[in-house]
Amino acid sequence: MNPHPAVPLLETRRLAVSIGGSVVCRELDLALRPGERLAILGRNGAGKSTLLSVLAGLRPPQSGQVLLAGTPYAGLAPRAAARIRGWLPQARGDAFAATVLETALIGRHPHLDRWDWESPEDARLAREALHAVGLAGFETRNVLTLSGGERQRLAIATLLTQAPRLLLLDEPLAHLDLNHQIAMLELFAGAARDCGAAVAMVLHEPGLACRFCNRALLMHGDGNTELGPVDAVVNADALARLYAHPLRELRDGEHRWFIPA
Amino acid sequence: MPTRRRALLILAALTGLALASIVLALCVGSIRVPLADVLATLAGDGSGIPGEVVRSLRLPRALAGFACGGLLALAGALLQVLLRNPLADPYVLGISGGAGVGALLAILLGLASTGINALAFLGALAAMLLVFGLAHGDGGWTQTRLLLTGVIVAAGCGATVALMLSIAPEHKLRGMLFWLMGDLSQGASPTLPLAMLAATLLVALPFARELNLLARGADTAQTLGVAVPRLRRGVYVVASLATAAAVTHAGSIGFIGLIVPHLVRLATGNDQRLLLPASALAGGALLVIADTLARTVLAPQQLPVGVLTALIGVPVFLFLLGRDGRGRNA
Repeated sequence: MNPHPAVPLLETRRLAVSIGGSVVCRELDLALRPGERLAILGRNGAGKSTLLSVLAGLRPPQSGQVLLAGTPYAGLAPRAAARIRGWLPQARGDAFAATVLETALIGRHPHLDRWDWESPEDARLAREALHAVGLAGFETRNVLTLSGGERQRLAIATLLTQAPRLLLLDEPLAHLDLNHQIAMLELFAGAARDCGAAVAMVLHEPGLACRFCNRALLMHGDGNTELGPVDAVVNADALARLYAHPLRELRDGEHRWFIPA
Repeated sequence: MPTRRRALLILAALTGLALASIVLALCVGSIRVPLADVLATLAGDGSGIPGEVVRSLRLPRALAGFACGGLLALAGALLQVLLRNPLADPYVLGISGGAGVGALLAILLGLASTGINALAFLGALAAMLLVFGLAHGDGGWTQTRLLLTGVIVAAGCGATVALMLSIAPEHKLRGMLFWLMGDLSQGASPTLPLAMLAATLLVALPFARELNLLARGADTAQTLGVAVPRLRRGVYVVASLATAAAVTHAGSIGFIGLIVPHLVRLATGNDQRLLLPASALAGGALLVIADTLARTVLAPQQLPVGVLTALIGVPVFLFLLGRDGRGRNA
């Protein structure tokens, strides 16, 4: 999939980000290669979404560099960047009515030329994505009538239709019931395993981070971050410091879970 | 999402409607001209008074009405996407207010219609630059900030207009009021608005799919490959110039820019590739029909066409809205 396996899909060099006077991260060196899954953990307001939008090229960093497949955003046309990275926003508001299928199809935009209309092949990809998130049969529904969880899965389907190699997911499990939380995480893990995608996602459940990610970034909200393999970085002590609340670790076979003490 | 084939069929039907509305406008009036004579005149061999009426009075007026209606509907559709606000219309950002100030000033000064048009256009441009400059500010250009700036500038223009109306001499008031309500009877050449309509469509259509994405939100559009800041500036300038051209020619005809994009959206969906040209055709046809009624219903008295656009548009809109609501709940 990746023409240059040596080049990370996403790389930051001495990245510093701040918002509203508070420092989100400083001197962050991060590299995500195909197949890697990074969990971003932190308290509310620690700057997880801000960091993710910098990684997505939506806001400029304070200093340092963000490289997408080896090239800074400034050197990439928006369409070229959109064929590499996809972004799942935390909040979404629909101003106008549209059908579910139309909404999934907007993911094809970076793959179409200026005068192209969506082809049957594009529609097939969109239907497959809807099927993958459990929205088969919803194609003609108006998005304004969907529930929060259904709307969230539709946004994920739009991202799958876009088929980027780097997935930046801001709280992908928001509004989802248990069954769909696991299904979506399996979907992202599958994209990393089978298609060589790299995934960075903001999560609030450390146990799921341990189960579905191989690396973790803890954001302490004061500019300090811890980055490393999930088994090394995520433990009861580190999480207790991160969330300012004591936690206990439970083991269930190969899985680790953390519960508030 | 319509297929390309369905979009072309809808556009063909709307083109037919637009042509029919223009032919109707040429036939009816104080002198009823039979269809055969109208067609003969259009073919170039009409003669006598009916031919002259059609050629030099009704045709320019109908074409100007079509162009202005199309421009207003197009500008409304563009601004609704730019502001992601279904209530946006071409006047929400103060452009018609600026044009109104210019035009009323010209009327107060006793200028001829060329002077009125020139000052109206200058006023529209001034309002557009003012809103653009103020809303741009620190580089962050949010929809809310743009909308607020526009609304405030429009309010300022409205107050200036009210001031000028209150100090205007009695014999100028009627002309001023007609200008404000929208009026196609001044009989200037329709070439400029028609050219403007064609140019606006030509500039906007290549970006129609990107506008679809912009309607979903700026960040989403950006991550799907749209150069959002450039597109937004372009849409703002194009929609403003279109509005300025229409308002300069015909005064601030209300309602078309708000309601026609919604009518088309309810009937065909929100794909800008179809919505933009369809709005232009439907807006043009609606204004031609409304203007024909405005000059025939109480003839020889002419009504302000803006009143007629509202009287036609409201029931049609409510009907479509009701139908849509039932369809959605079914």
